[in-house]
Amino acid sequence: MSRIAYLVPLALFAFIAGLGGYLLTQPKDEAIPSQMVAKPLPEFDLPPAGQGLVGVSDGDFVGGEPRLLNLWASWCLPCIAEAPHLASLEQQGAEIIGIAIRDKPEDVAQFLAEHGNPYTRIGADNISGIQFELGSSGLPETYVIDAKGVIRHQHIGDIRAEHVPLLLKRLEAAK
Amino acid sequence: MLRCRTWLIAFWALLAPLALAAQDTQPPAPYAYTQLDDPALEAQAVQLMASLRCLTCQSQSIADSDAPMAGDMRHQVRARLLAGESPAEIRAWLTERYGDYVSYAPQVNAVTWPLFAVPLGVIGLALLVLVGRLRRKTKGGTAA
Repeated sequence: MSRIAYLVPLALFAFIAGLGGYLLTQPKDEAIPSQMVAKPLPEFDLPPAGQGLVGVSDGDFVGGEPRLLNLWASWCLPCIAEAPHLASLEQQGAEIIGIAIRDKPEDVAQFLAEHGNPYTRIGADNISGIQFELGSSGLPETYVIDAKGVIRHQHIGDIRAEHVPLLLKRLEAAK
Repeated sequence: MLRCRTWLIAFWALLAPLALAAQDTQPPAPYAYTQLDDPALEAQAVQLMASLRCLTCQSQSIADSDAPMAGDMRHQVRARLLAGESPAEIRAWLTERYGDYVSYAPQVNAVTWPLFAVPLGVIGLALLVLVGRLRRKTKGGTAA
């Protein structure tokens, strides 16, 4: 065998090591997309998250216009950052239904008093069951649900100013 | 001594609200930290939980993680086993929602088949080379 042939494994090793080193420097996308998009909402029925609030079931998404389903919690810091943008979505005509995850009624009430209440309904889920049903892996998350109760889009993470027009477009497209 | 203890209590009293503010205040789901009464079912649960990925702490299984969401997922596993579902059905229920990502038990499919095929190919190639060399050697041996 020629000498050059002996260099092939070394070159292969250098290539793989180089590739590994390069990928280590790349930012990792930790978002886990839900496989439930384009599927109907699973069955659920959650009690209200506090006094004077209305509970949520999958049937509440059927009929009328497409809606937003927002998973949040009073203990979730990005949810505070998201609150003004949810308010702006509500002002522009979007119906937002909320589900508070692992939350206490008094904490929910305090959060709503401080940051406003853009929701028509807020259900309470104390064991994160709705998150597993929806394929959600963190808070906050927002889903676009069409008037037939089918999940049309998943927004992972807090809604920022630039996401508001995108979500309005998604709602329009879901009509 | 007494004074020392008073200071210690004051110190912990100061820290307590910080710890509470960082996470939710709801107690864990019923089966998050409670074993099933039936040892056979509990053994199935433990085996399944060790091969399901925690979603908020992505390098741990839900059996290893103290995250509230991992506790809630253990509750799902135990409650569903108790309701008569099989471990395979529970894994399928989760992969239907999160994809293969949630499972630590790799499946052969259109994307993952090279992971299984490449080692077999390499072993086959190594065997071919080995057989070729051994043959050459024995031939050389009889000639000499």
